[in-house]
Amino acid sequence: MSEYARYLDDSQRSFARPRTLAQWLHLDLVLLLPLCLIMVLGLFVLFSASDGDWSTVSRQLRNFVVGWGVLLVVAQVRIDTIQRWSPALYFFALGLLLMVLMFGVGAKGAQRWLSLGIIRFQPSEVMKVAMPLAVAYWVVRYGLPPRLGVTVVSLLIIGLPAVVIGLQPDLGTALLVAASGVSVIFMAGISWWQIMAGMLTALAALWPAWLFILRDYQKQRILTLFDPEADKLGAGWNIIQSKTAIGSGGWSGKGWLQGTQSHLDFLPESQTDFIIAVLAEEWGFRGVLCLLALYGLVVARGFWISLTAQSTYGRLLASAITLTFCVYVVVNMGMVAGLLPVVGVPLPFVSFGGTAIVTLMLGFGILTAISTEKRIISQ
Amino acid sequence: MAGPLDAMRDTRREWSINRARLIACLIGILMLMAVLVYRYYSLQIIQHDAFLTQSDRNRIRVEVIPPTRGQIVDRKGRLLATNQPTYVVGVIAERATDLPSLLEDLQQRLALTEDELEAFREGIAQRRPFETVPIKVGLNEQAVATVAVDLHQLPGVVVEAQLTRHYPFADVLSHVLGYVGRISLEDLQALEADHYRGTLHTGKVGLEKRYESVLHGRPGYQHVETNAHGRLLRVLEKQPPQPGQDLRLHLDLDLQQIAAEALGTQRGAVVALDPLNGGVLAMVSNPSYDANLFVEGISYRAYATLRNSMDTPLLNRAVQGQYPPGSTVKPLLALGGLSRDFITTETTVRDPGWYRIPGDDRRYRDWTLRVRGGGHAERVDMRMAIAESCDTYYYDLAYRMGIDTMADVLEPFGLGRPTGVDTTAEQGGILPSTRWKREAMGEAWFPGETLSAGIGQGYMLATPMQLAQATMVLANRGTSFVPSIVHRVGDMTVGGVPREPLKMHEEDWRAVIEGMVDVVHGQRGTAASISKGITYQMAGKTGTSQVIGIAQDAIYEEEKVSERNRNHGLFIAFAPETKPRIVVVVLAENGGGSSAATPVARRVIDAWLNELSDV
Repeated sequence: MSEYARYLDDSQRSFARPRTLAQWLHLDLVLLLPLCLIMVLGLFVLFSASDGDWSTVSRQLRNFVVGWGVLLVVAQVRIDTIQRWSPALYFFALGLLLMVLMFGVGAKGAQRWLSLGIIRFQPSEVMKVAMPLAVAYWVVRYGLPPRLGVTVVSLLIIGLPAVVIGLQPDLGTALLVAASGVSVIFMAGISWWQIMAGMLTALAALWPAWLFILRDYQKQRILTLFDPEADKLGAGWNIIQSKTAIGSGGWSGKGWLQGTQSHLDFLPESQTDFIIAVLAEEWGFRGVLCLLALYGLVVARGFWISLTAQSTYGRLLASAITLTFCVYVVVNMGMVAGLLPVVGVPLPFVSFGGTAIVTLMLGFGILTAISTEKRIISQ
Repeated sequence: MAGPLDAMRDTRREWSINRARLIACLIGILMLMAVLVYRYYSLQIIQHDAFLTQSDRNRIRVEVIPPTRGQIVDRKGRLLATNQPTYVVGVIAERATDLPSLLEDLQQRLALTEDELEAFREGIAQRRPFETVPIKVGLNEQAVATVAVDLHQLPGVVVEAQLTRHYPFADVLSHVLGYVGRISLEDLQALEADHYRGTLHTGKVGLEKRYESVLHGRPGYQHVETNAHGRLLRVLEKQPPQPGQDLRLHLDLDLQQIAAEALGTQRGAVVALDPLNGGVLAMVSNPSYDANLFVEGISYRAYATLRNSMDTPLLNRAVQGQYPPGSTVKPLLALGGLSRDFITTETTVRDPGWYRIPGDDRRYRDWTLRVRGGGHAERVDMRMAIAESCDTYYYDLAYRMGIDTMADVLEPFGLGRPTGVDTTAEQGGILPSTRWKREAMGEAWFPGETLSAGIGQGYMLATPMQLAQATMVLANRGTSFVPSIVHRVGDMTVGGVPREPLKMHEEDWRAVIEGMVDVVHGQRGTAASISKGITYQMAGKTGTSQVIGIAQDAIYEEEKVSERNRNHGLFIAFAPETKPRIVVVVLAENGGGSSAATPVARRVIDAWLNELSDV
């Protein structure tokens, strides 16, 4: 519990006693209601994307149930408890990542999974949650805005796991993990000249690497990443087909279950990373706008929570979680529409896949915890 | 839990920092969202039409349905050229679990050549995802079985059926039918590309080429919806193809086989015509080849063997082989002499066994000189001159007519230009004249050459088909038709085009034909040896044409001349004499003499009149 609550006596606390079930369960309905709608929408799109396969839909439903369970549990945890355990969680996640590097299970040419008897999971997902917690913990410890030394250490905290994940190799997750950490530093208020200097340093470091270290075929692969349509039958095939799916949807779409690109197998990864193309094809531009609006509501509420959070740590965390969520949406929709290179980033709560849902719900659990804590106190 | 600076914490300042950064973030996010929305707007609204077309093109494919090629049947409806299902084995690389080992497996099962493997690898490198790349074509049912039975164990392997041209009687019919082969770049320029989409073969020679336009048909189209793997899901719209029309020939398969059998291993040709309409009843050229080899592409080595063979099996001797007609022109010249009043049926010529142009010492020998000497008789008349093939008589006639008159009278019989029979690459022979020699050789005509021409030697050349057409004129006493192999295209009768009739006095026809009957039935006829047991009246004329020039006063001795330089044997005939139903020409290349040809004609006419003719 934060600073103020400590000084409240029992009688004052009774004022803060929850009056509704939602309050009692520490749930922020304004945040969670649009989330619910996105999930319902997502299930409809997934049903179509999987060609009406009920088992896929029910597995996704199970993922949602597990996600909600995680959220409910996390929502009950007090923010200062989370703050206290942040470093431990970070080092735990880092340890797991190193273990993956040494004895992980491979899939599709990359080592991402760690098998613990019955549970197989990606430690990088744990790091996605642990990263903002740890960076926030570190910068809050020395006060805002962070001094140069604190920033440098923060960059190390961010860089180490990001490099390890990048080695798996999983560029998309590495970027997302790094983004969640960087967003905390940004929120903490590092000066703009530091941001500029950081970007210039990164460029200065990459330029010689491009010139002298990378071989031609590696450069080619990176170029393909940025211009996939040059490789029409390989990486370009996916983008051409997804753009065709999106574009052919028009304003009102071809109708639910009527998408030809997705149902005739032209669209790759239509249940996971490219699912937005299915939505765009079948529900049209207005469907895309609806989904974006729902995401917008969630983001707006996230920022509101951040703005009104009682502790600096909570504020940093809330904005980092919201920003990361934003990055998911923008990167995924951008890459499917051919704006950004194709990196493996799922569309939150629409793409099929349990790990991403559980990770996201963990974040939203923290968000709702921050939100409701404040309320309990203020009332 | 508090950090070292906790005491100095300025919560209000921290809050304002956070707020400022949040606003910065919000602006950034709004900008990103705007970019996203614009991107989707651009794709879905601005470029919608283009992408809709693209997605339809993705899923809807216009498939060409190639027409089924018309079949060719003989006069009794027996299939001579047909379409047989053959199989193509292909590989979808995306479905194959282990391509290299699959290739090894297929190589064993299908005995793939290095060329086929090379072509396959090229195809694999250039394919679209999930496209089938053919690895072996033209397999029959037994050959494809080696793959088909284990198909479930060979993921990625597909077997497709297609129709391929097949000639069941290629041994005797290749020269008549010709063959189809893979469409070449050269062919494509001559063909209408739209009609040949989806078609792999086109007629190359013979009937297959001559009747390409009707045999081929018109392709149909269907719009089909396919998935990304190219699998056909449903047909949206269909316009069926127009199959090619069948050809029904005048040719009789049995007669063709009998003619080929009668010729045996003798190089040469047999042409049999129906004098009532010019229909080709049989057309044999020996040696022949197997047209089926050409359909899916003959190997270079096999083609070189055929092409370089001394026996020229690819040459259709019946229409492309040009030979001196020898004495077979004698009845024609006799008719010409009668019509131009150079002779009458009563005219006689003294025959000492040779002829000498007045004022010239050179002797032109009669063929009897090397056999018995002394000529045919003291005086020879026209009938005897035909029956016994008296050269002296024709030396005299030719000398008196002159070469240009000879050319004039032979021209109506069709010598010197192609008959127009419905096949390809027909040759027109040579009908020499002073003008011809001046134009072709730039030389003047010598009187001696007129005498050679009088017995069908020298420059004069004719194909067996031309001789058959000329014989038809004799058989019909003036009327004749352009020879035609095909009788009906689909339901439509073709051919039977009449030629300009040759008008002669009836007694002139009778006199010449009587001489020709004597050739076979007369005691001293040159083809008397085949008259044994004959049940009808046959009119004919033998011919022997020299391959090499014989020096003055030298005697042609068959044993001393190498096989390739031996004389060609010729025989033209028709029967029955009064109401002819068949005209036959036999050429025995280097057969030594006409006796190599006459029995063949007898066998063919016997078969036609006694067994096969439907009249």
